[in-house]
Amino acid sequence: MDELIIAGRSFRSRLMVGTGKFASNAQMAATIAASGGEIVTVALRRVNVGDQQDDLLNHIDRNKYLLLPNTSGARNAEEAIRLARLARAAGCEPWIKLEVTPDPYYLLPDPIETLKAAEILVKEGFIVLPYINADPVLAKHLQEVGVATVMPLGAPIGSNKGLKTRDSIAIIIEQAIVPVVVDAGLGAPSHAAEAMELGADAVMINTAMAVAGNPVMMAAAFGKAVEAGRQAYLAGLGKEQKQAVASSPLTGFLRDE
Amino acid sequence: MQIIINSKPVTVATNCTISELIAHLNLNIKRIAIEYNREILAPEQFYTTIMNDNDCIEIVNFVGGG
Amino acid sequence: MSFVEEILRYPEEQILEQMAATTANQVEQALATDHLRIRDLITLLSPTALDYLEPMAQKAHHITQQRVGNTIQLFTPMYLSNECSNGCKYCGFNANNNIPRTTLTLDEIEQEAQIIHDYGFRSILLLTGEHKKMADNSYLIAAIQKIKPLFSSISIEVYPMDTDGYKQMVAAGVDGLTVYQETYNRELYKEMHPFGKKRNYTYRLEAPDRAGEAGIRRIGVGALLGLGNFATEAFYTGLHAHYIARQYWRSHVSISFPRICPADGGFAPINPVNDKQLVQMICAMRLLIPDAALFMSTRENAELRNSLMPLGITHMSAGSCTAPGGHAHKGESTEQFTIDDDRTPEQISEVIRAQGFEAVWKDWDSAFLNNLAV
Repeated sequence: MDELIIAGRSFRSRLMVGTGKFASNAQMAATIAASGGEIVTVALRRVNVGDQQDDLLNHIDRNKYLLLPNTSGARNAEEAIRLARLARAAGCEPWIKLEVTPDPYYLLPDPIETLKAAEILVKEGFIVLPYINADPVLAKHLQEVGVATVMPLGAPIGSNKGLKTRDSIAIIIEQAIVPVVVDAGLGAPSHAAEAMELGADAVMINTAMAVAGNPVMMAAAFGKAVEAGRQAYLAGLGKEQKQAVASSPLTGFLRDE
Repeated sequence: MQIIINSKPVTVATNCTISELIAHLNLNIKRIAIEYNREILAPEQFYTTIMNDNDCIEIVNFVGGG
Repeated sequence: MSFVEEILRYPEEQILEQMAATTANQVEQALATDHLRIRDLITLLSPTALDYLEPMAQKAHHITQQRVGNTIQLFTPMYLSNECSNGCKYCGFNANNNIPRTTLTLDEIEQEAQIIHDYGFRSILLLTGEHKKMADNSYLIAAIQKIKPLFSSISIEVYPMDTDGYKQMVAAGVDGLTVYQETYNRELYKEMHPFGKKRNYTYRLEAPDRAGEAGIRRIGVGALLGLGNFATEAFYTGLHAHYIARQYWRSHVSISFPRICPADGGFAPINPVNDKQLVQMICAMRLLIPDAALFMSTRENAELRNSLMPLGITHMSAGSCTAPGGHAHKGESTEQFTIDDDRTPEQISEVIRAQGFEAVWKDWDSAFLNNLAV
């Protein structure tokens, strides 16, 4: 079976799902169910004391889904580490999606602070999944400190622009010794399929589902797209034949033997 | 006595423990994390930590996110 | 996971089966791909791909031009000692061979090195056999320190060391290392190495890993072509290089293509590799790892070397003599294998230029590294 293996744990689905930006918790729950995903990200925020809202976790069955807390909101390594520790103290398994985004305009990840935080969190026993720009050298540094995956962005969070960083992601995939999860910016199932066809091990989708006209239907579409893309990758895509440029022969010296 | 919860001043009974506070606030003890005077508490510590006047508590829980 | 585990994922029978089943269409697909995967390597090394040597060569040439332009780096090997306690059946230095044994003294090393330096070489490869009493780590370190002022790049091709040994080499000034697995086939390996420390297949297989851990800048792998089945040895070489490139990302991987030639002891190749296969392997390696350094040795004749230059070769040796002290004292000692190229470096430069390449004598200087005492 072609399973996704992260930190020694196997998953059937290669679609990770975010829980943000939904109109309601009920809609969020129906969406993740339709996606087929098994890894679900959540964020940490201060409790609204005295103004109890519907608890998100009432809608996520932790026997079915692996909760992957993120460190969204962190602007530097220290804040990210603090959030990771809080998530663990709140009863989560020590998996953490490391997001360090000091830039509030594009929410682009800070490479220096991310590497700093990753090194410390790995030493503290966390299974770290860092969100990064599609920087192949940064990806190698992170793998060196022991992260469980790398999560390069396709385009800025929420932009729905697709695989703008395609060529760099191809390099990251080629050089990777951990699974590569394309995260952020994927706006359509075709983008997700494209990422999988490129050889990504998984994709993460949030905005594209949450703001779709029909999130549940969109989630099902993404699920199918991820499977289709993966199958195409395994089957071996027909390549565009490039026009051969005429040049003097290089193997004429070989005689028939 | 007065303590600060998530930057807001709140009046609670003297010698209140963290676990008692959580119950008082109607929160699910298994789904939150607490920072007590900038130190993250392990769940076991909720029962044994008795608060003092002007303590700062941060209570976080899980919300939707990507 | 170390390479020992990685290689187990690709059993020989499975590779041979896939190669036999390779279609022309698959070869064309692999040629049209930019980021080759391991299964593309299998495709390009299959017998089917032998009909596609010209397009493979064109693509390999094109990629190499983009990466290094029209340049070839030159280096020369210097044999420090032909003492050896191993019994490698294919090698002229085999412990059972009754040849005069020499280990150069530090003075002789200096003399030899000076001659090589005066020829114009700035990049040198130091070689020994495996004999802990006569030529050990401290001997090597002393030699390296002696010749350091004369060369900007020093590589070694010696017995496998543990990680600490490699760290010592790095500290002394070594920036490159080559260790040939000879054959990736365990049974054949045992047969070829009946005694001596070299008999340990795994220790040798993991040597490039240890070099990577020690931080050696260039890590070279290769199989002795003519021992095992060509296609699978070529495949495992590519697999090994690909693995090293991913695991030790700060190091530069290099691949060499030593082909068995007559040696003192008369060992004939078990699975002779013809020129077509050699071309196939060079091109496949270039396509698999666009940035790998590909080394051409002096074992091949001059005419063939000229034809192989445009296929992706980035490093060539010249002015070689495989007998220790062979530059200072020609004909006095015996050779590991016969060299078929006795051109002078000036002649080499000319020939290289005639092929459309620029000979590069110095491309790196370890003096740039601030953790080395210069």
